[in-house]
Amino acid sequence: MQVKNRLSPFFENITFDREDNEMILNFGPQHPSAHGQLRLMLHLQQEMIVKAHPDIGYLHRGMEKMAENMIYNEFMPTTDRMDYIASSSNNYGFALAVERLIGLEVPRRAKVIRMMLLEINRIMSHLFWLATTALDIGAMTVFLFAFREREYLMDIIEGYCGARLTHAAIRIGGVPLDIQESFITQLRTFLDKLPANIKDYEDLLDTNRIWLMRMEEVGTISKEMALSWGCSGPMLRASGVAWDIRKEEPYELYDEVEFRVPYSDKGDNFARYRMYMEEMRESAKILYQTIDMYEKTVKEGQTELMAHAPKYVSAPKLDIMTQNYSLMQHFVLVTQGMRPPVGEVYVATESPKGELGFFINSQGGPYPYRLKLRAPSFWHTGILTDLLPGHYIPDVVSIIGTTNIVFGEVDR
Amino acid sequence: MRAYKPKDDVQKKAYYTDRFYVSPQVPKFSVEDDEVFAHDLEAIKAKVEVLDAYIQVGQMVVFIKPEDNYKVLELLRDRCEYTQLSEMSAIDWLAKSGGFEIFYQMLSMNKRKRLRIKMFINKGEAVNSVEKLFRSADWSEREMFDMFGIEANGHPFMKRILMPYDWQGHPLLKTYPLQGDEFAAWYEVDKIYGKEARDIIGPELRDTAKVDRYDSERFARLGHEVPKGTKITGNEPKNEQNYQEEGGVFMIKKFDKKDSVVIDDPQR
Repeated sequence: MQVKNRLSPFFENITFDREDNEMILNFGPQHPSAHGQLRLMLHLQQEMIVKAHPDIGYLHRGMEKMAENMIYNEFMPTTDRMDYIASSSNNYGFALAVERLIGLEVPRRAKVIRMMLLEINRIMSHLFWLATTALDIGAMTVFLFAFREREYLMDIIEGYCGARLTHAAIRIGGVPLDIQESFITQLRTFLDKLPANIKDYEDLLDTNRIWLMRMEEVGTISKEMALSWGCSGPMLRASGVAWDIRKEEPYELYDEVEFRVPYSDKGDNFARYRMYMEEMRESAKILYQTIDMYEKTVKEGQTELMAHAPKYVSAPKLDIMTQNYSLMQHFVLVTQGMRPPVGEVYVATESPKGELGFFINSQGGPYPYRLKLRAPSFWHTGILTDLLPGHYIPDVVSIIGTTNIVFGEVDR
Repeated sequence: MRAYKPKDDVQKKAYYTDRFYVSPQVPKFSVEDDEVFAHDLEAIKAKVEVLDAYIQVGQMVVFIKPEDNYKVLELLRDRCEYTQLSEMSAIDWLAKSGGFEIFYQMLSMNKRKRLRIKMFINKGEAVNSVEKLFRSADWSEREMFDMFGIEANGHPFMKRILMPYDWQGHPLLKTYPLQGDEFAAWYEVDKIYGKEARDIIGPELRDTAKVDRYDSERFARLGHEVPKGTKITGNEPKNEQNYQEEGGVFMIKKFDKKDSVVIDDPQR
């Protein structure tokens, strides 16, 4: 027997008395170009949006609550599920926050590997952005091209950590593994081809009449608006603020590599598109330099991958298997978890989407007392409230596309 | 006798802590150590009363009175170049001191500095909304209300943001259990099928990985699974698990592993 379904539409019991021709369009939460579970309630006058009301929470899993009930290392795979397009950058943000809290210094080789992973993730994320946004606008070829290239990177990552999307490739205190033998050759092959690939996308899009019409002068975010709404990453740089945390507050070895911070003062969709393309080029530049850095660490015999801090980080496997004290430490760290000092830390890193921040309040226990995840996409979704009014319905799709929001991160 | 469990903090607790364990502290430094922060602190002190201030992990933390939050943030934005409110939320201290600690994480791009404004409010008190200064506080304050039940005075749309509008309870409170409370267990059943269907459907189990170790019928019957509700006799036939690798895929007739080539080149 079928049970009668009681769910009724939200507006069913409301009578519309006003005669102002205003129509309410419910966009999502299952719309293919909403890039996830975004529900927009759009008030329309003819085809123009007069009021937009983004509704989120359809992917809310309560990660902050989960973190309060987990030991620090247990939480690492959960961070993968935030920005699942570039999950290593979430792993890294969390690892760095805990390391700053306990004052750990990570070995140089691990730092180089982390930077490689972060930049690969950035290119992966930007390729994914390009593919989906181009598909939303109708450029099927770009979608296929960009997904092909992204696949190569996912293969490399899969060779490193065994996973393609949810990597969990970074640990608190370093990285678990050295990169595999084929990693550098594969990466070099990819990087050598990347400029030509980016050129291909640009040839298809830069002078494309449809692309320009959908992108130029659409979704313009002023500098003041971007700052006020807490925008970060490409969204902020496209609005004329040259702020890149890798450059301004360098972490890892970003102060040793050379790269530019592209920015634009236009603030429209097209500026953001240019931002993603230029950032891919800069990431490739960084990756070439990290390959050299990695080879130098190999030459100098720096083989350590995890920090030496017996109170917080397990000893290498060889020590655990041969030395009693290391085994005891490892046992305690796995069953009870590490206990960071009492204190508070807020650490921001530049994830592909923007400023990814982890606020941790530790009370000396094995579980964080409070963990706040500052996900860039949360505010990039919020800005739609102010950004969409004045635009037409088709612009909604291209604006959502260029804001590059990921709902794993918005709802957490 | 059952072990005592505090009701005001139901988060997971360490099951063993050494009696003589003393947690180390993340070092706090004087604000005078940093010229820029010292200057900012002077500016804040000239306007409102500062309860405490120090530098921790490279960021200044300033404690103020809750009624001053709007004034301080306005000052920081207009005079001290802290142009962005990166983050704001609350910390639940109800069990310890009967209130919440609210923090505003500020960023100055010109100075390359971050500071945190903190204030303590008692249970049931509201804060002044800073939405007029920073639009990002619009959603942050809604999230804070949703998760902790702290309202912001003067906010244009003080509604839940992540949980459904008709939800009861505030999930990030320490008194709220991780698996959800009684209301959460029946929320979707009531909403979709109605209260009268409660007996048929049962409460929602929000921990999908949960194994009931007292369920002697269904626990560890791997390979002999039966549909829910079936009476278990103990003579269930084994559920054969066939993997396609073993006998080959039935649709593929001419595949020979020896003749196939594995492509190593990722740029194939």
